[in-house]
Amino acid sequence: MRKELLRHLSTAFGLTLLALPLVGMKVDFIEKTLDWRWGRLMGVFALTFSLSWLWRYLLVHRPQQARSSPAPGVLAARAHLLVNQRVLLLLFLVLSLVPWVAGGYQVNILITAMAYITLALGLNIVVGMAGLLDLGYVAFYAIGAYSYGLLHHYLGWGFWQSLGVGGLLAAAMGILLGIPVLRLRGDYLAIVTLGFGEILRLLLENEADFTFGVQGIPNIPKPTFFGFRFDYEGGIVFLFYIMLGILLLAITATKRLQYSRVGRAWMAIRENELAAQAMGIDLTKTKLNAFGLGAFWAGVVGVVFAAKTSFINPASFQFFESAIILSIVVLGGMGSVLGVVLAAILLILLPEYLRFLAEYRMLLFGALMVAMMIFRPQGLVPRLRPRYERDKASKA
Amino acid sequence: MDGQYFFELAFSGLTRGSIYALIALGYTMVYGILGLINFAHGEVYMISAFVGLTAAAICSLLGFSLWAVLLLTLLFAAAYGAAYGYTIEKVAYRPLRGANRLAPLISAIGMSIFLREYVILAQTADFVAFPSLLYNLVEVDFLSDYIGSGELILTLVSLTVLGGLFLFLRYTQTGRAMRAIEQDREMAMLLGVKVDQVISLTFVIGSALAAVGAVLISSHMGQINYNIGFLVGIKAFTAAVLGGIGSVAGAALGGLVLGLVEAFAAGYVSSDYEDVFAFGCLVLILIFRPAGILGQQQSEKV
Amino acid sequence: MRNLIILFAFALFAFIPQAWAAEPILIGVAGSFSGDLAPYGIPPKNTVMLAAEELNKKGGLLGRRVKIIAQDDVCQPNAATIVASKLMDQKVIAVIGHICSGATNAALSVYRGKKLLVISPSATLPSLTLNGQNPYFFRTIPHDAVQAIRQADFIVDKLKYKQIAIVHDKGDYGKGLAHQLKEALKKRGITPLLFEGVTPGAVDYSALIHKLKRLRPQIVAFGGYHPEASKIVTQARKKGLKMDFISGDGVKDPSFLKIGRQFVEGYYATSPADISTQPLTLEVLKKLKARGQTPGNFGLQAHAAFTALVKAIQAAHSTDPDQIKAALQKNEAQTTLGKIRFDAKGDVIGSGFSVYQVKKGAFIAVD
Repeated sequence: MRKELLRHLSTAFGLTLLALPLVGMKVDFIEKTLDWRWGRLMGVFALTFSLSWLWRYLLVHRPQQARSSPAPGVLAARAHLLVNQRVLLLLFLVLSLVPWVAGGYQVNILITAMAYITLALGLNIVVGMAGLLDLGYVAFYAIGAYSYGLLHHYLGWGFWQSLGVGGLLAAAMGILLGIPVLRLRGDYLAIVTLGFGEILRLLLENEADFTFGVQGIPNIPKPTFFGFRFDYEGGIVFLFYIMLGILLLAITATKRLQYSRVGRAWMAIRENELAAQAMGIDLTKTKLNAFGLGAFWAGVVGVVFAAKTSFINPASFQFFESAIILSIVVLGGMGSVLGVVLAAILLILLPEYLRFLAEYRMLLFGALMVAMMIFRPQGLVPRLRPRYERDKASKA
Repeated sequence: MDGQYFFELAFSGLTRGSIYALIALGYTMVYGILGLINFAHGEVYMISAFVGLTAAAICSLLGFSLWAVLLLTLLFAAAYGAAYGYTIEKVAYRPLRGANRLAPLISAIGMSIFLREYVILAQTADFVAFPSLLYNLVEVDFLSDYIGSGELILTLVSLTVLGGLFLFLRYTQTGRAMRAIEQDREMAMLLGVKVDQVISLTFVIGSALAAVGAVLISSHMGQINYNIGFLVGIKAFTAAVLGGIGSVAGAALGGLVLGLVEAFAAGYVSSDYEDVFAFGCLVLILIFRPAGILGQQQSEKV
Repeated sequence: MRNLIILFAFALFAFIPQAWAAEPILIGVAGSFSGDLAPYGIPPKNTVMLAAEELNKKGGLLGRRVKIIAQDDVCQPNAATIVASKLMDQKVIAVIGHICSGATNAALSVYRGKKLLVISPSATLPSLTLNGQNPYFFRTIPHDAVQAIRQADFIVDKLKYKQIAIVHDKGDYGKGLAHQLKEALKKRGITPLLFEGVTPGAVDYSALIHKLKRLRPQIVAFGGYHPEASKIVTQARKKGLKMDFISGDGVKDPSFLKIGRQFVEGYYATSPADISTQPLTLEVLKKLKARGQTPGNFGLQAHAAFTALVKAIQAAHSTDPDQIKAALQKNEAQTTLGKIRFDAKGDVIGSGFSVYQVKKGAFIAVD
């Protein structure tokens, strides 16, 4: 016990020492002043001391599977059974009632949450299923949004025409980007996709004559219903249902793809490229499929995003967005739809509902991200592999 | 072509490049050993700059000479940067050893968000002045047309540190241990290499280098805020990949190439497109050499 | 089963009911209170809070208490629409904000058609008022085109310069202003020698400096905020370049002087005319100081927006947006910016620009 106490005391002391020049002192080089802030430093000491206990306790009691390689646990097996068509339908029924009981704010953030779920499902195809690390996914999202914005501005196109075009354009770009970078492996691919995302954003900023540059494109209309134009509230509710429909479609498509021929090919590539190739899987085609399909969903969501905010600018499509979407995929467990849904709700709605924490909001958010990864590295709902033999065995 | 202008731009690229190289080392060493993109590395750079500011202010309040201030600031920042790097590894990465490849990446992104907010809360969200410790420190006559004192020191210090690190990895016991872990961690462990210690040391060295870069750049640019780590981090990471991630010489070369490309793009085209050229050049090089300039294409064992 | 429960717990989480407030008059403040641009958003929030407290001490507005609802939009369009719909759900009668032009643009799509009064202290994109689509939008800061024309006039008429380089920070404020300046110069028959953007936060600007050294402009106009401005001018001076520099209101900031020290001597900046000697303004500044707050770049503009709104509501004796709008346009209000009212488009009348120059570490009005 004493040893334990000493250990936590020294941890807290070390961390406080780390915080000393940042939390404990504030200098102004011009005025030549140096403020000591002992009170705050004491606070840090107390906080780190208690956190150290908590951390130790949680680490020791961490579920066993967290430390071993990701194996489908009982939880996952059940989760998989859970998200069958019926439960999904029920969930969507509940969701579809939301606009009738909640205000515009709730509808608004739920659209955002659903948009991120769909984005994460799209990225999940690339990262989770095919195992290609894409850090520039936001680029396809931007392509979708800008196709609507620009098509509307230059050609007067409406939401519905742009929805298809935006998705297809993003998919085409996904495939185009895929072709040159297919030779790259793992993290080289990651940086190239990141670079691609940045290049696209910079082009949107620089080519101001065509894209309106950093000023952005304002006054993008909401969707119409067979020519009928809603007022703002009606429009946002309509958009809510459109997004709900898209999400339903995305979930169904993902679930069907997962164990289809293509889906199994993706997973084979993820597990071992060479073996997959030896089994007769066309690497190029399969990878491009993943890129294109993943990008397609981002493009579709981009169009919805443009309609929702009715204003788009390059600053909305920064690397941070890619990072958040990737976090959703990984936290969700890479592969499970339920996990992605839960993770998106956590990562998108959490900051929204943490607003009362004011300036501590993002600090806590970052800390939670680290903690969630450490205590559930396999994700909220770990990826499930088809295990035919085992099922048969357990039944017998 | 205007020769003078060309050399000016070349030196400008050299300055940038040597800084990128210094910070890229942190990425490349960690990647070589752990296979992890340490996204919090840029934040270590930023935090070191703030520590450096505190140290510099205290030292000049105590009335030390400029050289002494510079030296002490570098030492302090490096020590603290190293300590932060060490702590980050212990808290955010070590518990994830053996987990899937992406878990530590997300943990790193979370850490990076946390550290930025931590500095905002502990210090300020505003820009703060950083003493220009390098300006007029040395004057080299025959070069002064092309390169200022700040840039010169920056470049020289970076290149010296790079060289030192290279020798360290090549000829010391620890350096050999690092390379051993890089090649085969389990085998190294069996042969008695203290893997955890060496990994910690990797973070310590990488972070200390970032801290040196942070102090030099901050005193060159004259101000810092909580956001300075982001762009530098991305660029340095790009440099590391460009040169072949995992290779120390590659990081140095990648940094220089990236710096030169940017400087020439800004000088002859437009700084609007400087980053487009930087990333474009990355894509091009990787298409022709998928493992970076100096990276070795790993042959697959089946 | 457990998962089902978790799932529904999450779903419930999304419907925490909003607090219901009936009695007080609600006024929203929206802007960036966290993130990169927090230094621009926090002072407006503080000054509005201060003004509302004072107002409540004096008996409130139309016999009701005024309650401020502050919402952080981080200057991002998506967050701005979310925040805007939240404010609408809470039935605010007006919004002071938003801070950034992009976020304002997005938020206006929510407010539009709802006749919600919006007064921004800082969104300077010309089209916000000029395109005529936002009849209930006002701003207490003149838009970029006004400022750019002021800069162009000063450069061409007063300084008599013809060799001009324009540099910007690629941001929506900086590039917007730079673009307007280019247009304003074009009308006077001058094409700038250079028009390009730098990446904020880059480790080195020497490539740009060498370019300037070669082009030898008489003056460099920089569109952007003070950190980049002082970095560029500092590097230019260290390289021995002697040309003049001019920027907009994003640069006229105490930190600019403090950080740039000797290197920013002689720097020109256009900025809303200084009224900090007026009694009302002095009083507000004093109270802010007592709270340990600063007016920042747009704090006084926000305070003036709030005051003008309150005066208009009092004059209209109602919270009906059309009547308030009419009062805002008709009546002059005594504010921290002097006497102001608004034109038919929603732009402020009575707050113009002056040109300042850094002399001995202070901004001195020169024109």
